[in-house]
Amino acid sequence: MSDTHSNTAAYVRDTMIPQKAPPTGQVGAVRWLTENLFSGPVNTILTLLGVAAVYFLFVHLGPWFQNSIWNANSLAECREILDGASGACWGVIKDRWHQLLFGFYPQYTDPAIISALTGVDLATAKGWGDASVEAEKGFGVVFRYWRPSLTFILMVAALVPVLFDAIPRKALWFSAAFPFLAFWLLWGGSIWFPVFAMMGFAVGYIAFIALQRISSLAATVGAVLAPVIWWFFLAEPIGDAVASAIPISLVPIQSHDFGGFMISIIIGVTGIALSLPIGILLALGRQSDMPLVKWICVGFIEFIRGVPLITLLFTASLLLNYFLPPGTNFDIVLRVIIMVTLFAAAYMAEVIRGGFAALPRGQYEAADALGLDYWKSQRLILLPQVLKISIPGIVNTFIGLFKDTTLVVFIGILDPIGLSSAIRADSNWNGIFMELYAFIALCFFIFCFGMSRYSQYLEGKLKTDHH
Amino acid sequence: MSEAMADRKLDRSHMQVSDEVAIQISNMNKWYGTFHVLRDIDLTVNRGERIVIAGPSGSGKSTLIRCINRLEEHQQGQIIVDGTELTSDLKNIDKVRSEVGMVFQHFNLFPHLTILENLTLAPIWVRKTPKKEAEEVAMHYLNKVKIPEQAHKYPGMLSGGQQQRVAIARSLCMKPRIMLFDEPTSALDPEMIKEVLDTMIELAEEGMTMLCVTHEMGFAQAVANRVIFMDQGQIVEQNNPHDFFNNPQSERTKLFLSQILGH
Repeated sequence: MSDTHSNTAAYVRDTMIPQKAPPTGQVGAVRWLTENLFSGPVNTILTLLGVAAVYFLFVHLGPWFQNSIWNANSLAECREILDGASGACWGVIKDRWHQLLFGFYPQYTDPAIISALTGVDLATAKGWGDASVEAEKGFGVVFRYWRPSLTFILMVAALVPVLFDAIPRKALWFSAAFPFLAFWLLWGGSIWFPVFAMMGFAVGYIAFIALQRISSLAATVGAVLAPVIWWFFLAEPIGDAVASAIPISLVPIQSHDFGGFMISIIIGVTGIALSLPIGILLALGRQSDMPLVKWICVGFIEFIRGVPLITLLFTASLLLNYFLPPGTNFDIVLRVIIMVTLFAAAYMAEVIRGGFAALPRGQYEAADALGLDYWKSQRLILLPQVLKISIPGIVNTFIGLFKDTTLVVFIGILDPIGLSSAIRADSNWNGIFMELYAFIALCFFIFCFGMSRYSQYLEGKLKTDHH
Repeated sequence: MSEAMADRKLDRSHMQVSDEVAIQISNMNKWYGTFHVLRDIDLTVNRGERIVIAGPSGSGKSTLIRCINRLEEHQQGQIIVDGTELTSDLKNIDKVRSEVGMVFQHFNLFPHLTILENLTLAPIWVRKTPKKEAEEVAMHYLNKVKIPEQAHKYPGMLSGGQQQRVAIARSLCMKPRIMLFDEPTSALDPEMIKEVLDTMIELAEEGMTMLCVTHEMGFAQAVANRVIFMDQGQIVEQNNPHDFFNNPQSERTKLFLSQILGH
């Protein structure tokens, strides 16, 4: 049928047109302005209103930032220097930033060691205003709070291999050991407690490998039961024996001394690290063919999502004591971490369920048709794609969780917000608000913006649909 | 008739049907809710057979071949694949699935993995083949479908025809004894259909047992040893391609053939 047309065609092109550059005026700044800012009356009005808003913001905040006072020991001193003008009194940050970071965590104050590390002789220093003491107040804080500082540095080192796959995979062993190390550094006590807790996982793994020859069900049951037996019955007597033979310990520190960004990061990072796997399991459970598993997961998700976080926190701090046996000392930070994690996990489960719903049916079928079993197809085919689709939602939940940690102020934990009140209770800084909140906001922004940028980096890296 | 077949002379030296039974379906019924989608299906496929299943949309032809690797569950009757009966026993299902290759209308490649990883995934994780060996096998089949240079690209970077050839190679890497094709060319642009059909013809020439749901009647005439016509969930007519196309028996078959070949 196609032969007849070529003979009767009235037009045949003999040369193909090459690409040409677009006409001038179709590119450049002028075109961008006219197209984006002044394309019509409404757009022009909105542009002008926007410019005006930025201008007023600048006019009002500009002098406040410009007249910043850094060297003042009290709000009164600040006001004296400003002499009626508007200005920020950052002296409070300079004076108290270590408290905003570490709360009332005990400082390491052996004068000999501090002076050896920082070169400041505290015995001869004349107090605030002495240059040497100022130097010690700055960098020296890292040494005074060496335990949380070291934990933070190690946390960064542990996160890097998790976040970037260019780092050798062996570094993940350090990431896996970090939570136990961090616990020991922050709370102190005998090193054998976290070590024996960690060994529980090894016990579970060995049980799994040993029982796998019998059946996979026995292996799973063993992998759960063996560590539980270890933790509850064996770890303590053996741990005590080893601890008395080889005593390695740090000064124990109570949870109620924790505070500042340290507590936000402890709760936030632990919550983030735990809520993702729990959320994945809940999302899988919600889709399960097994009715009991499904109902439990749906019930859990709907209950947790239907309750405000603050009520869960009050439950953790007050009500839980009624349900626990009298005399149980269940650490308040641990209780809060559990509640925040469960709360975030319920949201995470729904975010991940959305990812599953967005995955084409054909992916499940292709995985099935190749003979992959449920867990293999989840791990190798479905979850990598689901998590990739869900990255924006997952990071959204992470950021929400991290900012929600400020709610712990209501159950008496001194997070940065709580500390801002504590700082105001000092007569020197009575009445200062904006500067403290601005500093707290900046710190939160750095963390949250960092997470947001990382998620964008990850999305770009995982993009596989074009070159 | 499809022009894709015109220039191809088949090498029939290995295209032999043996007496050995590969698939035995007897008195099989399936419902979607209350809708009776497959009715009293009896079908025996011998090793080396190339069967084309045709029929109007909604006739149950895709559902039938999806029952053979248990992507769909049947409610009555018996399906025995390579001596293994398909029941709810997961071990049997996984065994059958790893012996039966399947090619889908929409390719269903894994977009987060490279072509090579798509091909080696199941051999490594299901067959426990060492990675290096699995990659050698994968490259062998990529050469066979004529796109070895795409091994390290992602599926999204390939054309539809190339993706479908990768999907065929992915199935072949599991060394299947039976291949199922579910409308493998229906989602392709016309100029890409030929490259996929060529790959399927080569497979047939090597003596692969194939069940193929397709509208490519040229392929059916050239390659199939049996054409099955389905309508309303039942097998209406089956015959060798020559008699099926030139001398259809049932009115329903005649109408169908006149509709798809009539212009």
